[in-house]
Amino acid sequence: MVLKLHRAGWLATLLLVPLLLAGTARAAGEPLVVYTARKYQLVDELFQEYGRNRGIEVKFVTDDGAPLIQRLIAEGANSPADLFISVDAGDLWRATEAGILAPVKSPMLESAIPPHLRDPQGRWFGLAVRARTIAYSTDRVKPAELSTYAALGDARWKGKLCLRSGKHAYNQSLVAMMIGDLGEAATERVVRSWIANLAAPPFSSDTLLLKAIAAGQCDVGIVNSYYLGRLQAETPGFPVQIFWADQKAGGTHVNISGGGVTRHAKNRAEAIRFLEWVATPAIQQRFAAVNYEFPANAGVAPLPVVAAWGKFEPNLVNVGTIGRTQPAAVRLLDRAGWR
Amino acid sequence: MTSSQRQSPTLAAITVALPMIAVVVAVMQGAAGADAELWAHLREYVLAGVAWNTVILVAGVVAIAMALGTSLAWLTAACDFPGRSFFSWALLLPMAMPAYVLAFVAVATLDYAGAVPALLRGWFGADLWLPPIRSTGGVIGVLALAGYPYVYLMARGAFMTHGARALEAAQSLGLGPWAGLFRVAIPLARPWLAGGAALVAMETLADFGAVSVFNYDTFTTAIYKAWFALFSIETALGLALLLLLFVVVALALERAARGRARYSASDSGARAALRIELTGARAWMACGYAALVFALGFALPAIALTQWAWQVAPLDLDGRYVDYALRTLGLAGMAAILCLALAIVLGYATRRAAGPVAQAAARVATLGYAVPGAVLAVGVVTALGAADQAWRTLAGGEGLWLQGTVFALLLGYVARFLAVAHGPVQGGFERIRPSLEEAARGFGLGAREVLARLHLPLLGAGMGTAILLVFVDVMKEMPITLMTRPFGWDTLAVRVFEMTAEGEWERAALPSLAIVVAGLLPVVLLTWRMERAARTA
Repeated sequence: MVLKLHRAGWLATLLLVPLLLAGTARAAGEPLVVYTARKYQLVDELFQEYGRNRGIEVKFVTDDGAPLIQRLIAEGANSPADLFISVDAGDLWRATEAGILAPVKSPMLESAIPPHLRDPQGRWFGLAVRARTIAYSTDRVKPAELSTYAALGDARWKGKLCLRSGKHAYNQSLVAMMIGDLGEAATERVVRSWIANLAAPPFSSDTLLLKAIAAGQCDVGIVNSYYLGRLQAETPGFPVQIFWADQKAGGTHVNISGGGVTRHAKNRAEAIRFLEWVATPAIQQRFAAVNYEFPANAGVAPLPVVAAWGKFEPNLVNVGTIGRTQPAAVRLLDRAGWR
Repeated sequence: MTSSQRQSPTLAAITVALPMIAVVVAVMQGAAGADAELWAHLREYVLAGVAWNTVILVAGVVAIAMALGTSLAWLTAACDFPGRSFFSWALLLPMAMPAYVLAFVAVATLDYAGAVPALLRGWFGADLWLPPIRSTGGVIGVLALAGYPYVYLMARGAFMTHGARALEAAQSLGLGPWAGLFRVAIPLARPWLAGGAALVAMETLADFGAVSVFNYDTFTTAIYKAWFALFSIETALGLALLLLLFVVVALALERAARGRARYSASDSGARAALRIELTGARAWMACGYAALVFALGFALPAIALTQWAWQVAPLDLDGRYVDYALRTLGLAGMAAILCLALAIVLGYATRRAAGPVAQAAARVATLGYAVPGAVLAVGVVTALGAADQAWRTLAGGEGLWLQGTVFALLLGYVARFLAVAHGPVQGGFERIRPSLEEAARGFGLGAREVLARLHLPLLGAGMGTAILLVFVDVMKEMPITLMTRPFGWDTLAVRVFEMTAEGEWERAALPSLAIVVAGLLPVVLLTWRMERAARTA
């Protein structure tokens, strides 16, 4: 009997602990509720600061973009979310297609964020820019040998190119941009020439890829620049450098981390106010700096380690059109055998 | 017996299957909208490749996990060698190590740029060829190391009860110990071995985390790609249904192969202290083999994790980790108790019910373990979102009522992990002879009293296994937790996701290590129970 009571108490504790923890949420003014694919370590501090400034609570959950969109669709008008933050323009396009984002008219956002980094209808705004470009070994490659993404398919890079998995959104949006610029047939030829040059099977992350270049498994690769920013900050003298691709024509591929106000937002005014706050120069600097990205607000300088890579011309196609082409890009990757 | 009494077990079985039924219905509704043109593309370029990859992966992982699990269980249960009592519990520890963590440790340390090949190239020259870890063999090896403890656990349970008797029987027939193992002990342990193999196969089919690290394309990665990249959740759900169909057929074939054999056995104290004493080189080979598996599956990855965690701890470790850990343990505890209770209801209902409906319900209820967690999560979110909308239409008001609550989370866990609790509980039920039950009923006991006074006491060890298996599995679970958790319910696995999604694997080491450490507790409890059961039997 004693044993039984003991067991019952143990079970009750197990059941109650999480409920008690859940009860610690503070009641305050109307909270701002965010579904964010930009992860905890990159947003938590700014959310807390904004909440303190405004005297409200900022509640958020993190997940990948696609599940968050599905959650918003399923919750419909009952959804508590006011704001959706993504790390990929394709997801933002998908969210507008699903009808879960509402147009916002804000002169402040329209002047702070360049037109190619926001939705013409104001359903989403880029908040940080991520450039996907060429990374090369400073030991074995001279920058003069590099020029365009397409040239990485030249015979001279046979067995020297590393790529990340074709299943990743950043590669898909790069290929989607190329389809827009070169057409589908030419893009497929380029992708096939890359695959033929691979030094190793595609990697599951840009960080592993950059380490493979540093270790000598390959000489060149295509990465988002901020991954190199982190490695350079951790390891001074990391033997890999950034080359800005397609500077003579077209411009380097950029994607965004951005946000939009949800259609069923309960606290729409606060959500717009938050976006405008993040678009101000001081916050733009920090929003980008925490992840070695470029501020979306063109008047704001990036971190010194990022600025050291030099200025570059971005591809000016609206990042939203990339989302529309992305499924075609994925099929192209399937045909070309980019795993 | 009245007709309502005869139907109630069937009704109970159907009730337990309801979460999975709701999920399957939501998935089927979604899949109905699949894009025909996209299907044509997938058929031409994707399906054959991923189907072949999946078959190779599952076959390889199950074969290796079976070989490791069965051989190690036999060595620790029926033989004696130096270190046996340590390895008998230590070999379960890899269970606390999530497969995706093992995968990223393996790739980060053993790939070309990793520390181990760099060291070897330093010794033997830059041109040294090493087998690539990011290969089919590599991913099979990692998933087998993560999965063998399920087989080991089940096989050990069977060998502990049958092993000694099998040896005696073999001896009396003039057979040696090897023949005793292959001709008596393994055939006797077949239902438990098959149960362990089914768990490993289902876990492998549903795995996304580990195969992604290896960039190995399976059916599950194709489901994710259709959803995340081709923006067609409908097509993704269609693929998931195809996967489900495959599992149903495979399980039916396995059952047909097992035939109608009955494995009920009396548990009454026939376990003798009969062990094969290994001596000399054979003893040290057994010890070395167990040590190698323990090192690869647990010790070395744990050392690598500790080293990384040590580097980031000053940056990351703070009071939040107490909350993460408590929430993780609390959710795992609630899910484990719930799954155990439902597994008992299901096991008892299928035992008592007449007709095939209850059996079918049990099969549906336990399918979720083979389905990628993300698909189940979509089903849960969709079903509960629809329920909320219907409720709001009827009752007015706004806001969520079911979706985004702990209920949603637990519903997802039950749909996914009921199979894990069902296996050992069902095994326990099968070993209780029907004649005992008839006798109890002959004394005029009702169904509930028979359950409480006969079955539950006899189920003991099976219940412990069930509860701890679910507990450890929920701690490692990622996609359902991510998609259905309420605000502020971040767990250790959520923290791992946030770091790995940004490519910061070394920073993910801290929450990963926390999962391993918190997972050790139930694994140690489990082994302690097994040892005690063996001693008192």
